[in-house]
Amino acid sequence: MTVTKTQAPVSVDEGKRAAGAEPVGSARSERLSALVQQHGALAVLVIVSLVATFSFDSFATGDNVSNMATSSAFLAIVALGMTFVIITGGIDLSVGSLFALGGVLAAWGSRHGTLVALLLPLVVCGAVGVVNGLLVARSRLAPFIVTLAAMLGARGLMLAITDEGANTYLIGKGSFLAELGQGTTLGLGNPVWIMLALFVAGAVVLRRTRFGQHVYAVGGNEDAAALMGAPVARTKILVYTLSGVLAGLAGALNAAWLASGVTILGNGMELEAISAVVIGGTLLTGGLGYVSGSLVGVLLLKVIQNVINQIGSLDSSYQQVVSGAFLAVVVVAQTWLGRRRQLM
Amino acid sequence: MAPPAEVLAVRGLSKTFPGVRALDDVDLTLHAGEVHALIGENGAGKSTLIKLLTGVYRPDAGDIVFQGRPVSFATPLEAQKAGISTIYQEVNLIPLLSVARNLFLGREPRNRFGLLDFARMHREAEETLRGYGVRVDVRRPLRSLGVGAQQMVALVRAVASEARIVIMDEPTSSLEPREVETLFSVIRRLRDEGIAVVYVSHRLDELYAVCDTVTVLRDGRRVHHGKLADLDRLSLVSTMLGRELGEVRSEGLTKFTGEHHATDTRPVLEATDLTVPHQLHGVSVSIRPGEVVGLGGLLGSGRTETAKAISGALPTSSGRVVVAGVPLRGGSTPAAIRAGVSLLPEDRKSEGIVPGLSVRENISLAVLPRLSRFGLVSEARVDSIVNTFIERLRIKASSPQQKVGELSGGNQQKVLLARWLAMNPKVLLLDEPTRGIDVGAKAEVQKLVDELAADGLGVLLISSDLEELIEGSDRVVVLKDGAVVGELTGDEVTEDKLMRTIAGEAPARDAGGEAATDG
Amino acid sequence: MAEAALKTVPLDRARALQWLQRYGVYAGVALLLVVNIVITPHFLSAENFRTQAVQVAPVIIVALGMALVIGTEGVDLSVGAVMALAASVTALYLGYGLVPALLVVALFAAGAGLANGALVALVGVQPIVATLALMVGGRGLALVLLPQLKDLRNPQLASLGSGDVLGIPYLILIAAVLALLVAFTVRRTTFGRQLLAIGDSRPAAQLAGLPVRRVLIVVYVVSALLAAVAGVLATARLQASDPTSLGNLMELSAITAVVVGGTPLTGGRVNIAGTVAGAVLIQLLTATLIKHDLPPSWTQIAQAVVIVAAVYAARGRGKR
Repeated sequence: MTVTKTQAPVSVDEGKRAAGAEPVGSARSERLSALVQQHGALAVLVIVSLVATFSFDSFATGDNVSNMATSSAFLAIVALGMTFVIITGGIDLSVGSLFALGGVLAAWGSRHGTLVALLLPLVVCGAVGVVNGLLVARSRLAPFIVTLAAMLGARGLMLAITDEGANTYLIGKGSFLAELGQGTTLGLGNPVWIMLALFVAGAVVLRRTRFGQHVYAVGGNEDAAALMGAPVARTKILVYTLSGVLAGLAGALNAAWLASGVTILGNGMELEAISAVVIGGTLLTGGLGYVSGSLVGVLLLKVIQNVINQIGSLDSSYQQVVSGAFLAVVVVAQTWLGRRRQLM
Repeated sequence: MAPPAEVLAVRGLSKTFPGVRALDDVDLTLHAGEVHALIGENGAGKSTLIKLLTGVYRPDAGDIVFQGRPVSFATPLEAQKAGISTIYQEVNLIPLLSVARNLFLGREPRNRFGLLDFARMHREAEETLRGYGVRVDVRRPLRSLGVGAQQMVALVRAVASEARIVIMDEPTSSLEPREVETLFSVIRRLRDEGIAVVYVSHRLDELYAVCDTVTVLRDGRRVHHGKLADLDRLSLVSTMLGRELGEVRSEGLTKFTGEHHATDTRPVLEATDLTVPHQLHGVSVSIRPGEVVGLGGLLGSGRTETAKAISGALPTSSGRVVVAGVPLRGGSTPAAIRAGVSLLPEDRKSEGIVPGLSVRENISLAVLPRLSRFGLVSEARVDSIVNTFIERLRIKASSPQQKVGELSGGNQQKVLLARWLAMNPKVLLLDEPTRGIDVGAKAEVQKLVDELAADGLGVLLISSDLEELIEGSDRVVVLKDGAVVGELTGDEVTEDKLMRTIAGEAPARDAGGEAATDG
Repeated sequence: MAEAALKTVPLDRARALQWLQRYGVYAGVALLLVVNIVITPHFLSAENFRTQAVQVAPVIIVALGMALVIGTEGVDLSVGAVMALAASVTALYLGYGLVPALLVVALFAAGAGLANGALVALVGVQPIVATLALMVGGRGLALVLLPQLKDLRNPQLASLGSGDVLGIPYLILIAAVLALLVAFTVRRTTFGRQLLAIGDSRPAAQLAGLPVRRVLIVVYVVSALLAAVAGVLATARLQASDPTSLGNLMELSAITAVVVGGTPLTGGRVNIAGTVAGAVLIQLLTATLIKHDLPPSWTQIAQAVVIVAAVYAARGRGKR
């Protein structure tokens, strides 16, 4: 038996009548907390960026901004897939390994042509995602443990391909793949444009398609969603697959950018992606989230990283501390906001 | 006007679970535009019947003919698609999604690019809801609405997905009176639109306000059906509880001695004015040492909530509990237990026993700190207590190491009693102590309650078994809709009197004067 | 109730499954031992056993705490980060002597556990989410305190890492003592039984008046303290503090050991002997593959398969 607030009257026009005094206040606080949830990260991003612009001459330069944008792009693509997974109430810890695997596969495949270089990472990482999804949705295993195992397995696979990490495959200069990763269009790196295109597509899918509605429904209340006719298992399998494909793609683009499939990348990237998604206002318990928020979360993390580097005397590990602290604050705030809304 | 079409015809429906015949040869007929009350006490078979109709269970025998065709639903979704929707007391929608999206999930309007058309969706949602007298901002998340409004959205969703039958399982249990009114107007609209409604509730006023026909279930059988108007409240209650009015009370069916021990000392427990929003409205109960006080009332009248509020398991918004002259800190189970108040919860399986632990560990669970030194358990003392109670309560387990989850219901209940008796409580709150346990164990538990009271314990007894309640209690406090509507003492403690009080016909003197106003 | 409906065949299968869940890990260890004795040269040497045991000791210690947390139906993802934190703090305060350094380590670890426990028990955050924040931030903090690998020259610390009593390394002794202590706590103390009751049925534990919040907080503090012990011991063995890589993937190893050892993720039961055996099983598996020149990539894939298989096998259990 849940205690639920009953302040909103049924047949009373939005608080215009006598009994409405209370609902107006709670409707306002509801909207306020929704606003904080959705745009809090954006506000922090703007403030941090402004402060950084005035504090460091080298912050707001074209080069620096373009670099930040490019280095954000890869994490952002991973975070996009993670957003879908987290909205369904799951979690995907395998993306860091899949990112590395995708990069190595792209570099390895580039010897067999661009098509292979691009498709191979998507197919293999997507397949890992399918396995994750099947184990979570059909066998009903806990997502964190399934994807933790996948993290290990994918890293093993990556090491197996690279002779235990001893072999770094290079991507030839001038190839289409290299151009995709290193070239620029209108002053911004190609990966940034790809990332932006993916986010627009992701936002449309999430907000404007039935699949998107199912993603929210499954995360909001799985049993009710099933009863309302949403294909719960299929939705879950799809989001883990999507997350795998996007992590592989991000890895491939990153390899193209670096011109090699670096094997030591992607460690801890899953945590960065989760942090970005949660900071961006997506509920870790599922059912509520925004693609745009995840992008803001990624940018915020990268700007903070850049600021830490600008300060120079600070070690880059402060980045992680800041992420962790952000994560803790956001999670506590979400829990409290959620509970307050329920108990009121 | 031609007689309304038959929407549903259920013939000879039966369902057996291991050891229980949950539903036995039940018929049910629904016509278009009929509001049908389905009532019965706990275990009468209501929920089994609903689950059979909605595809949760499959019947062992009998047919369900829906709109002229025999049907057999494999899942609730299938039943829903065919046109049988269920509205549960806990709204089964998605709280974080907007009202409109909840309304349209799975059949959202799309534009020519195949994308969702929100403008149309919001417009249509608003129009549809307004048609039912519900004015809300459809863009707001569902959870920002009151329960009543949420339920209305669920209802409208059911109707919009072309339901022919809407089953409402205690829809008003957490509604404000104003919201109940709106619900009723929606139900009347459904009726006018030719939709059949099955209405499950224990609130008699509501039944008479909105229902046309009634089916009464008892012990898995249909014991009455017909027009509701032909049955007065008292007959309804007595049919439901299975007692004839004026029937000579058959003594000796229970193991209670009947002769009781109420001393005129000060109460060991005084609960005053307990209030829990939507559940309890100023309930007061006092228990003297050696007294068994029964809590009477129908299902959902606030009996369980009263017991939970006293034991600190349900936070109260006002009211206080005094145990042996000492006020209790509210909302804390450990504090209540320390003060000597122990609750045997109604939901034995999920709130009582710890199924994976052994009999021994379950019995010693609460008393453990007293049997320990510096956090180390004295196994010898545990053994001695555990063996004492296994013997005294005659708990049948293969060994004290057997998992409690493997025991029969009666023995599980005895283990829970042992857990509390080991604490030497002053007050025992027994919520349905004999439900779902076999006859032998039932008699033993009843006898034990008697003995405990004789030893000076204060006992609060909640039971849907009228006989048990009447014969076991010295006094019965009668609850209805979360408030005390009467108290039976001395010679008044009879089934007849109790049923009249519940039906609101003969309010007893002492408490709740305003109860006389209804009916 | 459902048991009555079971026919004989599923019953036999259920029994086989139950046997596998309970004793499978020991059978696995035995099998690996036999296989190794047959195919691996010098496997039976005392030196080999000592190496294996020293390597597995930190995993066992972390897994003990993890087993307690999982027993409450929780999980602690921050153990690797806490190990790194312990390594950093040890390096920072070793100048004041080993004992003061260890005290500061304990303080840090207790703080970390308190943060986890408070989030879980007081705020009501899911355990995975609550411990994730520290998993992210903890290693960062460790690296902030000590940016890179640092060699430690402290004879006391060195002897802690490589010394022995009657040929048995301290590491192994400490792991054994801790395992016994935790097993004793689970079996013989009020705390242990309350922990199991909370993990099995939280509503029942609450209604029985158990101090649910206190027990949960203590469990996370104990888990962090044990992770810190493992971190200090690993540092002592390396004679260097390595916050970058120490404890990486330790949460996975520990969870694997616990799950393989027959402790269900659904809480309510803690199998300490099984947990130790689970850690040993993974260690033997890795060692076998390495000894036969199979690359580490294989061991990672094998470990991934073992963990999924164990979780899959444990799936039906706990839901009666």
